[in-house]
Amino acid sequence: MRLENKVAFISGGARGMGAVEAKLFTQEGAKVVIGDILDEDGRKTEAEINEAGGECLFVHLDVTSDAEWQQAIDATVARFGKLDILVNNAGIFRSERVEEISGELWDQVMDINVKGVFLGTKAAIPEMRKAGGGSIINISSVAGLIGDVISAAYTSSKGAVRLFTKSTAIQYAPDGIRANSIHPGTIDTPMTAEMLLGWYREDRINRTPLRRIGTAEDVAYGALYLASDESSFVTGAELVIDGGRTAE
Amino acid sequence: MRLENKVAFISGGARGMGAVEARLFSIEGAKVVIGDILNEEGRRTEAEIVESGGECLFVHLDVTSEASWQDAIAAAVARFGKLDVLVNNAGIFRTEGVLETSEALWDEMLEINGKGVFLGTKYAIPEMRKAGGGSIINISSVAGLVGGPGSAAYRASKGAVRLFTKATAIQYAGDGIRANSVHPGIIETPMTTPNLLADEAARQRAIARAPLGRYGQPEDVAYGVLYLASDESSFVTGSELVIDGGVTAQ
Repeated sequence: MRLENKVAFISGGARGMGAVEAKLFTQEGAKVVIGDILDEDGRKTEAEINEAGGECLFVHLDVTSDAEWQQAIDATVARFGKLDILVNNAGIFRSERVEEISGELWDQVMDINVKGVFLGTKAAIPEMRKAGGGSIINISSVAGLIGDVISAAYTSSKGAVRLFTKSTAIQYAPDGIRANSIHPGTIDTPMTAEMLLGWYREDRINRTPLRRIGTAEDVAYGALYLASDESSFVTGAELVIDGGRTAE
Repeated sequence: MRLENKVAFISGGARGMGAVEARLFSIEGAKVVIGDILNEEGRRTEAEIVESGGECLFVHLDVTSEASWQDAIAAAVARFGKLDVLVNNAGIFRTEGVLETSEALWDEMLEINGKGVFLGTKYAIPEMRKAGGGSIINISSVAGLVGGPGSAAYRASKGAVRLFTKATAIQYAGDGIRANSVHPGIIETPMTTPNLLADEAARQRAIARAPLGRYGQPEDVAYGVLYLASDESSFVTGSELVIDGGVTAQ
């Protein structure tokens, strides 16, 4: 199994991509902690994984809170003894264009999508150091690489994640801690469900050379590669999973 | 197994990264054809894989020859019935800077590293179309992303591979054929050892350059290639997988 003896923390793991990653990681032998503000969905995912024979713990986590991150990482180490992998997956999408973005909306997107990644990384690094190294996977987006007709705060936040990841990679490489970003294209998840209705869904498919919307599994397998020791020489890299969208 | 029922062709598969990829692919269930100009090493790698229970065929291949590629792909399909995966791994390395690069050196470099990838892709695509899709993995380099001292022709050739890969990805996505490039940093292989890892001082320089504090091994690259070859990456095309210990992130 590719994640045998590993302990992984996945933010936003109650549903969507995070939940699929949690299931895949436990199938590959990892013990997984999922943190989310969605308590009910989180407990359901936790129960599903444990019933299927995996080891999973749900903890309540608001990624914008320093104290909650600390508690979540403490709970992880208390339960499973260490931390090897962090997937900063929690995020929100907002479709407003520049002129439509209020100061509050900008702050909210940046708080969740960027500060959430920063706080998670900050809380995880000391535990990864104790474990002798680790792998941090930050879910950015193709929106962190190119502009789009909708969304400006989201795009900015994902661009910040892209470079924050490289800073982490360079600064903590001597501790054996790797950090990489994943850049999904359009993926079917609860976060994108509302956006992917009508004309925009057709538009996304038409802009994707492989002519489909991605699945949460498409992203989860990339996260698995980066989480495992198979990628032990990979850090500061960007894994684009977008059906070819940004290659043209 | 992650490559069950897949048939893979690996150019430059006789030794180094290509041979490690061939072994890993066959462990993961693929039938593997290795093409190389190095007949003796190619037959040895073929024998090793077959003895350990894998299915492998060695074919002589000069990647600069259109006829040689046609024969090699035909042999792969004759033996294993189809083609799903192509790894354009064959390549040469030279350290000369712009002024030291002779026209002959430039031509040789671009023929092997550039045209070799083009020809392999050209003859693989019709077979992948018949198979209902496929995955092409082109071994570029961090030298295809950034400049640096020396290796002018090598960098040009690897930059060409980077964008040729994206052209292939866009043009054949409609056929279910994916194409991605892999960008290794310094990896300990027969190609690089005589140059970048020739002595202790060179090894220390290579270690100092990579934030992770080591140079890579062929296995580091092979696992990335495995991910791109398998259906786990079925939504990944036109992408660049950098495997360099953090060198180009700073």
